[in-house]
Parts: sequence; structure tokens; C-alpha cells
Amino acid sequence: MKRLILAASMLALLLSGVRAVALTIEITKGADGGIPIAVVPFKWQGQTALPVDVGDIIAADLYRSGQFNPLPVDDFLSRPSDESEVKYKDWRLIKAVNLVVGRVTQMGADRYAVRFQLFDIFRERQLTGFRWEVTGSDLRKIAHQISDKVYEVLTGRSGAFDSRIAYVTLLRTASKGSEYQLMVADADGYNPKQILRSPDPILSPAWAADGAWLAYVSFEDGRSKILVQNLHTGARKKLAEFPGINGAPAWSPDGKHMAMTLSRDGNPEIYVMHIASGSLRRLTNHSSIDTEAAWSPDGRHLVFTSDRAGRPQIYRISAAGGRAKRLTFEGKENARASYDRAGKHLTLVTNHGNGDQIGVFSLPTGSLKILTDGRFDESPTFAPNGAMILYAAQRGGRGLLSAVSADGRVRQVLRSESGTVREPAWSLLNR
Amino acid sequence: MRKILVWPVIALITLGLAGCASDKKQSTAEIEDASVGAGGVSASGLGSGSDASGQAIGSQAGTVDDPLSRRVIYFEYDSSVLTDEGRFIVEAHAAYLANNPGMAVVLEGHADERGTREYNLALGESRGAVIGELFQGLGIDSSAIRVVSYGEERSVALGHDDNAWAMNRRVEILY
Repeated sequence: MKRLILAASMLALLLSGVRAVALTIEITKGADGGIPIAVVPFKWQGQTALPVDVGDIIAADLYRSGQFNPLPVDDFLSRPSDESEVKYKDWRLIKAVNLVVGRVTQMGADRYAVRFQLFDIFRERQLTGFRWEVTGSDLRKIAHQISDKVYEVLTGRSGAFDSRIAYVTLLRTASKGSEYQLMVADADGYNPKQILRSPDPILSPAWAADGAWLAYVSFEDGRSKILVQNLHTGARKKLAEFPGINGAPAWSPDGKHMAMTLSRDGNPEIYVMHIASGSLRRLTNHSSIDTEAAWSPDGRHLVFTSDRAGRPQIYRISAAGGRAKRLTFEGKENARASYDRAGKHLTLVTNHGNGDQIGVFSLPTGSLKILTDGRFDESPTFAPNGAMILYAAQRGGRGLLSAVSADGRVRQVLRSESGTVREPAWSLLNR
Repeated sequence: MRKILVWPVIALITLGLAGCASDKKQSTAEIEDASVGAGGVSASGLGSGSDASGQAIGSQAGTVDDPLSRRVIYFEYDSSVLTDEGRFIVEAHAAYLANNPGMAVVLEGHADERGTREYNLALGESRGAVIGELFQGLGIDSSAIRVVSYGEERSVALGHDDNAWAMNRRVEILY
């Protein structure tokens, strides 16, 4: 009975927890030279108030990428909502190169038609246009999809605005002690949803390529274990709970295997588990620490952290096993590397004698570029399009998420109202 | 679209946690309290973070100048090599445990915040394993020894300086 009451009261707490606070983004380092683009506030055709400001979300997305310079709405000479209303000279006067217009039309109680068009001001023609019909809860998602279309057409790279991030929050209170939460939110910090809550540490969330599953390490019951959780149903499955550490899960690109760190045979080594059967294959065999495996996008290699040369450095090994090759030589320490989607770069944590910063390592050239200037920067994760890197930083004794463009020009902080935020993981797909 | 149904699993987890909160979990904070003063470690505040009201278990050996009163072994940065002092304390515990067969010991490995979390998990494990191997070499049955690493997740000192880091690079001997 006592148990039931406790469970009920915890459930009540969970209710409040699920309505989690969104992370808000603040640009801490802007970039000059973005494409000047005018995003006209979307025309609203409906009875009630417009639930979501679609144009505002698009402008914010494009600005955050560092590759666009959305012009101030107050400067606009007209506010067209479709092609027939566009006067190109109005936009040439304010030096816009591109123009986004659109409108949202109420179709029913919770039904909205959204359309948008992207124009080239100097060639005076439409570059792309789309129309959707959605419920109110999907309006933000549509706004991000529009941002992705605009980004793709104008930069030639796929967008990553309609993607998701996972992260861990920690709140310490006198009454409840430590409370860890595993969260999933939109890439801009909105729509945070609690996936797991525990008084014990949660770390290393890892996305399956299809975006439907998360793997993570949980210390519930006082032992480390690797679990996978379906994000649609919430169903969980325990993959590994061997004696010793069960850590650093990484899905293979085909979703069939999980690389992980186990110390069941003595010291921390990289293993690959066939998920369906649970069978294990040991990939490394060295008396030092081997951990933090990450797959190449083609699934043929893994990179991992090893201190076999004294200090942690990044090594690469074939997915079939064999000899590991050391990749990083610059800096005192390098750790937690992961590939970008193209398989050309690694983002990693690098230490050059002044704490831990985020770096990008070029596989073709072997050069390492440091992108951040913190002392405790860690857990870097590439956006699905490789243009941004999300990472965990410390400020004022609190952990928070930050993002930096892969070229280091733009930096931003994702603020949370309370507690500490860490262990970000960016989804691999837009969905 | 993309509705995330968290209720079933939350309910399960909640029941699971509620079920084990008070009985299964040994409160490390309580156990450590027995050694506060001697080792210089104040384990209050963070601890396991659970609401469990733990009890001291096993015999509470040790006085202030007795090595058995010191249950925290400290390490150098990025090292799992025992110091002379650490070895002296470990040997004392090994002798005690050898004379009290049937007692289970947990070696809880920790690291300071520098370096990545998973690497530190491995480092804490290596530190615990070193003591576990020494215990076995000194006649403790391997089945009585369990190593658990929390990496940098359970700091006892919250600062970002050498003093705090030195306090956090440790193995706690719990029995």
C-alpha cells in the first residue's frame, strides 16, 4: 500500500515534469556575411488567434544557422502573402536577395493549411513553393520544414531544422535529492518531452538512425546498464547489464548492431552486439582503456578513445576487427569522437593544456581545428547535415548546452531556467 | 504525428524505483558517515541522492588512527595506480575481510570532472578493479567483490579546482 501511494505521488510529480521548460536559444557569437533574406510574417486567415508565428520561427532558424541574415520586418515596404502580391523592387530597395512569403489558413477546429513560396529577387522568379494541411501541434514542425526547404535551395545542403535532440537534465533539491531526466526536444529546444526520470545517473543517449529509438546508460538499481527505448511506445529493452561497466552505446548505421564498452572480461573494451540475438563480438583487446566507439556513416569503421599511448587519443578500427590505427596526434588528449554524415570529419573533445574544448578533425588532412574556448566543453554531436555541433559546456557552475557552427563562426547557448543540462545527442534524420 | 507515449514506461519505472528505493539501495552516504573525519571526506549532500533512509550494515570497524577507518582511496590524475598510502589502507581492509569471510565488498570507483564522461566511467572502473585485484591477491574471494564505477557522476566536492578534483578521484570501499 505504501508503495502504491509512493508510486502515485511520483506519478503526480512526473505530470509536472512532463510539461518541461523549453530551452531558449541565445546567439553569443554572430557572423557577418549571411545571405540577406526577407521573411514576411505569414498572413493569418482564421477566426481565433494564430497559434504559432510561422514566419518568426523560419527567420529564427535561418539566423541561427549563421548562413543567413534575416532583414528587420520593420524595414519591409510591403507584406505580400503570395506571388501575385510580390513587388520585386520593394525588396531590391532594402537589399534583400531572397524573399519568403506565405500564409496560414484555418480549415477547421484544429486544421490549418500552410503555404509558402521562396523567391529570387534579382531573377524575379519563384525558386520553390509548398503547401501542407496540418493540426495546430504540427505548425512548428512545418515551420522548420520550410526552413529546411529554404536552406536546401539556397545553400545546396540539406537542412537540419526539423530534427530532434536528446539530452540529460540534472536537478538537485534538498527535498528530492538528485533527479535525472532524459529529454527529447525539437532542435530549437521547443517541445521538450521527458523520456525517463531517475534518481540515479543517466548518460550517453544515442539515436538509432531511424529516429525511433534511443539507447542510453542508466544506473538505476546501482549498476550501469545499457537500455534501448522506443520513443513512440516508451517500451524499454535491456541490452547489457554485465559485471563492470556497460557504457558508451552507439548504433550501427543499419540499426542492427550496437557498439558498446564493457569491462566484463577484465578492462574496458569495445564490443559489438547483434541487437536481435544479443550475441557479442569483442572488437578491441588491449590492457588500456578503450571506450566511446562511434561508427562511420558507411558502417565499415569505428573510431574510439584509448589511452594505450598514455593519454586518451582517437583510434580507428575496422568494423571487422583487426589493428587499430591512431588518428590524433595534436593536443595532450583527444576523446569522444563521432563522425559527420559525410564521413569526412570527426568532432571530438580536445585538450591542449587549458581544459577541454570542442574540435573538428579532418580525416583527409589529419588537421585539428579548435572551435570553442571553455574549460569543460564535452559531448559534441554533429547536426544531421554536419553544419552545426551541439555540445555541453559549463557556465557559473551549471551545465548548459551550446552550439557552434562547424566552421566556428557562429556560437549560441541553449538556456534552461534551472538545473544543469548535459549529454546532448542530435538525431541523424529529420523527422 | 510524432506523439511520444511516455506513460507506460514512466509508470513502470516509477513502480520499479518506488519498489526498490527503501529496501535494496544501501545508502552510501550513511555508510560513509562512519568514516567521516578520518579520511577527511565529507560525503554529505550528494550521496546517492535517493530518499532511502539507509542503515549502517556489517560491523563498523575502525577508530580514527586505524587504517580501517579510512575507506576512501585517492588517485592521481588519469591514473589507476595505487599510492603507498592507498596500498596500506587496502591491505588493512583485505586483512579484515579475510578474517570475516562471507562479507561482500563494493568498490565504488570515481573520477574528477576533467575528461569525457564515458572515459571517466572507464577510469573509475580501472581504479576499482586495481583494488579488486589486490584484494584477490590478498586472499579475498572474487565472488565477494563487486566493482561499480560512477565515473564523474557522483562528485563529493563540487569545486572546479585541484582540491576538489583530488577529493573526487577515489575508490570508496563499502562493506
